[in-house]
Amino acid sequence: MSATPRLSVRNIRKSFGAHEVLRGISLDAHDGDVISVLGASGSGKSTFLRCINLLETADDGDIVVNGEEITMKTTSHGRSAASRKQLDRIRTNLGMVFQSFNLWSHMTILENIIEGPVHVQKRPRAECVAEAEALLEKVGIADRKDYYPAHLSGGQKQRAAIARSLAMKPKVILFDEPTSALDPELVGEVLRVMRDLAAEKMTMLVVTHEMGFARNVSNRVIFMREGQIDCDGTPQDMFGGKGSPYFQQFIRHMETENDAA
Amino acid sequence: MEIFTLLGFGEKGWGVLILTGMALTLCVTLASLAIGAVIGAIIAAAKLSNRWWARALGTAYTTIFRGVPELLIIYLIYFGGSSAVTAIGQAMGIQGFLGMPSFLAGALAVGLISAAYQAEVYRGAYRAIPKGEIEAASSIGMPPMRCLRRIILPQILRFAIPGLNNVWQLSLKDSALISVTGLAELMRTTQVAAGSTRQYFMFYIVGGLLYLVLTSFSERVFNSAERRSNKSMPRGMGQV
Repeated sequence: MSATPRLSVRNIRKSFGAHEVLRGISLDAHDGDVISVLGASGSGKSTFLRCINLLETADDGDIVVNGEEITMKTTSHGRSAASRKQLDRIRTNLGMVFQSFNLWSHMTILENIIEGPVHVQKRPRAECVAEAEALLEKVGIADRKDYYPAHLSGGQKQRAAIARSLAMKPKVILFDEPTSALDPELVGEVLRVMRDLAAEKMTMLVVTHEMGFARNVSNRVIFMREGQIDCDGTPQDMFGGKGSPYFQQFIRHMETENDAA
Repeated sequence: MEIFTLLGFGEKGWGVLILTGMALTLCVTLASLAIGAVIGAIIAAAKLSNRWWARALGTAYTTIFRGVPELLIIYLIYFGGSSAVTAIGQAMGIQGFLGMPSFLAGALAVGLISAAYQAEVYRGAYRAIPKGEIEAASSIGMPPMRCLRRIILPQILRFAIPGLNNVWQLSLKDSALISVTGLAELMRTTQVAAGSTRQYFMFYIVGGLLYLVLTSFSERVFNSAERRSNKSMPRGMGQV
């Protein structure tokens, strides 16, 4: 593939104090890629995701979104984006869906969804409302548009959060354990929405513990261990026994966990 | 009935003066709440800052203004302010004592105290906002100032209402101390009426009742504001 990757991450490093959480991670995501990032807790996968849109600042490495590199500077306070303007512009292209939803609790669902388009992208309100209603229809919560987040179930909140991120028309969406905070019976409705997005060729990077999603929906699986990419490949190869011994052990462990539960 | 004559609005009655005093109490407290809101917000921001000297300044402010008697602050502002005004007057060639306007001095003194309490209210309210909601704003590329206006401030106000109710009631009662500067607010007027008619019981009880009218009325205003702001809260939390 010679086309510019939607997202290119080069040699990301990050330490918290003396503890090195990310030890040089590189990755390219092309148009329509759905990449599942797996790993035991503490393997650095969430930190990796948060470094991509600079919710955490990596100590070293480059992030390139749609061919544009986020310029960085280093001052006595540490490393940060050189231009907040550039960072904010690039962030509009990088959606993020959080484990804990993070809907704005003082706004209704509809207000949550039009907030970015109206107040960040400065698009006409009527147009944004129409789009937001279509998005809510798509994720199946159109009847909840005037509710406040506190009055929704976890699964509904997460679907609203996905709609909020889609409203910005991002080039890539980062999912940070989107189903980990949900009751088991609500996981399915969120995974269905994500599967639909994958089918529409949305570029997605998904940190998850859902083996079924990794195996059946993504086209690439990355296994992180101790702050590095331990092995990666297609789900067929990875789940077909071609992953590293650590990965084999990891999926065996996950399967017994699921059986126990 | 002598009582009705004394409390009435006739020539011998204190009614008009007392109601004027009550209005003045309300005005001076509103002014001090406004002054306290501005200074309190700045102090709260200082205490939440990641610069150590700003935090130290904020902490010093709240420690001093919450730890020193209100009356002392009022004396300090009124007499301190007056001697400053007098000194300026003398420099401009005006002889004699120049008093600082007592309304201004009172509103400023109570406002400075109120600011210390309001700062704590705002700081607590800020802390109550889930950090993830601010991250969500950053993640869609919302600039920091817009995030402050759209996401942080509306929620600070919502979380601050119960605490502000408290501060308001404290300030309303602190405003009685301004009577020492001679401002004819409710306390001062009651005092004068009681002294000159020697009907101490009656006038102080009436004064007390009028303070209760002010506090219970404002309690209602705050409660309805709280109910309105709570419509986005989970069921059973703050809903009536």
